[in-house]
Amino acid sequence: MASRPVPLGWHPAGPRAGWAVATLLVAFVVLPLLAVFWRASGASLPGPADWSAVRFTIFQAFLSAIFSVILAIPVARALARRQFPGRSVLITLMGAPFILPVIVAVLGLLAVFGRSGIVNQALAWIGLPPVQIYGLHGVVLAHVFFNLPLATRILLQGWQGIPAERFRLAASLGCQPRDVFRLLEWPMLRATLPGAMLLIFAICLSSFAVALTLGGGPRATTVELAIYQAFRLDFDLGRAAVLSVLQMAIVMLAAGLALRLSLLDGFGRGMDRVPRRWEAEQWPLRVLDCLVLLLAALFLLLPLGAVVWRGLSGLDAIPMQVWRAAWVSLVMALSSTVLTVAMALALAHLALQRRGVEALGLLGIAASPLVIGTGLFLLINPVSDPARWAFAVTVLVNAMAALPFALRVMAPALREIERDFGPLADSLGMTGLARLRGLTLPRLRRPLGFSAGLAAALSMGDLGVIALFADPDRATLPLQILRLMGAYRMDAAAGAGVILLAFSLLLFWLFDRGGRRDADA
Amino acid sequence: MLTLESLEIRQDAFALRADLSLQAGAVVAVIGPSGAGKSTLLNVIAGFFAPVQGRVLWQGQDITTLPPAKRPVSMLFQDNNLFPHLTVAQNVGLGIRPDLRLSKEERFAVSDALRRVGLDGYGARKPGALSGGQQGRVSLARVLVQRRPLILLDEPFAALGPALKSEMLDLVADLARETGATLLMVSHDPSDARRIAPLTILVAEGTALPPQPTDALLDNPPPSLAAYLGD
Amino acid sequence: MKPHLVIATLLAAGPALAQTPELTVYTYDSFVSDWGPGPAVKEAFEAECGCTLNLVGAGDGAALLGRLRLEGARSDADIVLGLDTGLIAAARETGLFMAHTVDTDLDLPVDWTDPLFLPYDWGYFAFVGNRDAAQPADFRALAASDLKIVIQDPRSSTPGLGLLMWVKSAYGDEAAGIWEGLADNIVTVTPGWSEAYGLFLEGEADLVLSYTTSPAYHLIAEEDDSKVALPFTEGHYMQIEVAGKLAATDQPELADQFLRFMLGNAFQSIIPTTNWMYPVIMPEGGLPDGFSTLIQPEKAILAPIDQADALRDLALDEWLRVLSR
Repeated sequence: MASRPVPLGWHPAGPRAGWAVATLLVAFVVLPLLAVFWRASGASLPGPADWSAVRFTIFQAFLSAIFSVILAIPVARALARRQFPGRSVLITLMGAPFILPVIVAVLGLLAVFGRSGIVNQALAWIGLPPVQIYGLHGVVLAHVFFNLPLATRILLQGWQGIPAERFRLAASLGCQPRDVFRLLEWPMLRATLPGAMLLIFAICLSSFAVALTLGGGPRATTVELAIYQAFRLDFDLGRAAVLSVLQMAIVMLAAGLALRLSLLDGFGRGMDRVPRRWEAEQWPLRVLDCLVLLLAALFLLLPLGAVVWRGLSGLDAIPMQVWRAAWVSLVMALSSTVLTVAMALALAHLALQRRGVEALGLLGIAASPLVIGTGLFLLINPVSDPARWAFAVTVLVNAMAALPFALRVMAPALREIERDFGPLADSLGMTGLARLRGLTLPRLRRPLGFSAGLAAALSMGDLGVIALFADPDRATLPLQILRLMGAYRMDAAAGAGVILLAFSLLLFWLFDRGGRRDADA
Repeated sequence: MLTLESLEIRQDAFALRADLSLQAGAVVAVIGPSGAGKSTLLNVIAGFFAPVQGRVLWQGQDITTLPPAKRPVSMLFQDNNLFPHLTVAQNVGLGIRPDLRLSKEERFAVSDALRRVGLDGYGARKPGALSGGQQGRVSLARVLVQRRPLILLDEPFAALGPALKSEMLDLVADLARETGATLLMVSHDPSDARRIAPLTILVAEGTALPPQPTDALLDNPPPSLAAYLGD
Repeated sequence: MKPHLVIATLLAAGPALAQTPELTVYTYDSFVSDWGPGPAVKEAFEAECGCTLNLVGAGDGAALLGRLRLEGARSDADIVLGLDTGLIAAARETGLFMAHTVDTDLDLPVDWTDPLFLPYDWGYFAFVGNRDAAQPADFRALAASDLKIVIQDPRSSTPGLGLLMWVKSAYGDEAAGIWEGLADNIVTVTPGWSEAYGLFLEGEADLVLSYTTSPAYHLIAEEDDSKVALPFTEGHYMQIEVAGKLAATDQPELADQFLRFMLGNAFQSIIPTTNWMYPVIMPEGGLPDGFSTLIQPEKAILAPIDQADALRDLALDEWLRVLSR
């Protein structure tokens, strides 16, 4: 067939909802920014210290993205070509760092890499000098810890997007692992890596607590901290807003670049299918994969183990309020999940026609929460009590933060569904709800379940509060953890951290499983 | 009557012209070299691809800009004719109502159609549990309940064995005869055309020629077709 | 809840609401937290005022002032509680506060005569460490030692700013030199107090910048006497936390009543074991037991309020310059 027909573009699920969501997103970011500029009566230019913060921020985010993605390649490859008991549990557990509140995760990391951590104790035992985690390398290490699971998951999906028949063909042609890499794996990586890097770059760009805590001093000043300074010390709203715009511009620029570089993406397929890989059935490769998985598991699970171990002793110190907060967080997480999935679904439909829309999803993590929160406050305060809006604002902010991940998973999957079954559905006149119920939702189940799980876990672990919108009666679990720490109750805080971890993982597991349950063909 | 009026189709370097008409109830094969645009022609009639010029008329009415589902057309594609996540009965039922809210009579019509294609009692299964031939029958059952006057086949049975394929084509020709539908089928195999299609449209060298008697065409093929047939 | 039920509830509650005056107090988040003074203060004040005390938490002291600036005269707040000495000048400049009418006779190491802002607790910044470890007696000795310290960033944390002012006030032009000496002692700089204190407790540093009162928590709540604050011969920088009445309040009498209550026994006796700071008026039963073991700095340092901002900018530039190397 020389001329594959392209659809005429009757997409009955319609881009209208997508346009509405896109408009809402842009408005939710732009209006508060405008409000801040308005209140500041103009912009004031960033000083030299701010520019060096911009440079450091880009540099550390770039390094973090590169290292996360490069290290994820062998891990994802090992997971893609090895079947072993506990594989899916390992995949779920490895995702845990991504959903932990920053400070809890940092303490876990320090239990392993810190001054008196496991690594340094081991070094001292064999008589070697200690290693120092604080500094740029510490920031990158922590960011890799947070984002390696995400990168692995994205690349793993890429691997599983390569049809099993291709590997069979390669085997029949006598391809060696090197040839398989060049012929099959590299083209996939070439298409998947830019998107994965962009996502992690964007996440690390707005890093604040990690960069500062592990950065070792003011050398590690990020843009977000510069925004804090502008707001807190100088009350220079104009400069805070300009810096926030700058931060968003960097993300959007990177997004444009990544979209241009990524040719196709096979993300959002099943996780369980491990095609037979004839070329990889050699002992050295098996040992290598085993070693890679072991190292990755150690790197990701040891700090988690430390968090759990540390928290278990604090479990009996946990006050009642923590359970109430867990309930609040749960309700909030489920609400954000529904919103995230709905927004992602609408935007994914729009992205069928305009791929650039996927970049819009990044707005939520590119915008400074402090500036957006301030702007929203300026908009809402004159007409209504901000505390009343706390729930809605928090849910929306959390949903926006989870949106890029959901979109990343769902947009390519939807594209595939429309490619394979769109014509049939069109010819049958399946439009609107009928198409959603009969085609989209059932075919999209897995990516939907995965996105929902991620969204739920993310918003469970999110601080969930913009200081200006504090809701006196509904403190979230992460906020209560911070409050416990602020009141010297570190043991109880560690215990509450374990509860948070358990809830997040459980939510993720439930949604992800739900998406995979008797999904056929 | 289906009329393709001064139709011009373009995509990148590819171009195809068609200016022809078919009597209602005709059974017509579409034959031509690979890449000549047979599928594209069907896709234009079905509404999946827009021509740059000309009109598609059905019984004198212009349907060129109608969306696929609004056209008097049932189409079977090369693959993906069934939704793997829906049951056989649901897949057929979609031909009646896309939202699957079927009345009792409509559900009866579904099982009746399944009975007629020889799949009585298969309604609750999913396509994955059926053989290739049975899957083809399910899609035919849906064509049956759709009751559209124009049936387009884009080689839906190409993956089946010769005997099974002939059986399916006979079945579809019978259905078309019974309902008086016009049948237009792309084919790579001249014997398929001889078997059920009295008329054939030759698509070659950028043009879809008006239908001509199949046997005469195949017995005495023009050079472009002869090269393709390998004579 | 069904709409008509909501309306019914509102109607029923309406008259009752109208009779109870409401006092809105903006404060920092850890004040309203379940482990802060908030819940007990609310209960005690409501018992005596026949009103509703509405405590609204907003981040920390700096965020609190930020919110007030955003709201301006339209603010619902009647009182702002939780600004500290470093923020007073900026708070005064907003022109949003009015003079209080409370007589001040406070147990403070310094004289207090501010017409707008009334202290409710205070403390000294100090490095806190383990009893059995080395204990340098001043900044120079600390800089010369190989002890590891965790401090907070002055741009995002109140104690961090306190340390900045401490070094600048004690050493003036030599402050940069002190920071140069301290640079190799600093393990890291955290965004807030909690992170720093957490790192210290996990063994990441020998000393953490906190308060002289910190050991009291471990002693009283955990019966652990291993934590000590280090007395420095330069003296210790003070933090005085204050409250002020807003000019635009619609409850001026109630606001004054709250400020008087704030200096009363009920409020002041809550402070030591919830905010872990010193009360400004000695409670009737004296301080809790553990407080007697705390160090008593010989010299209290506090930058004059009207010079604090200029000094801060200078010190921050210096700090950034030295530590960014």
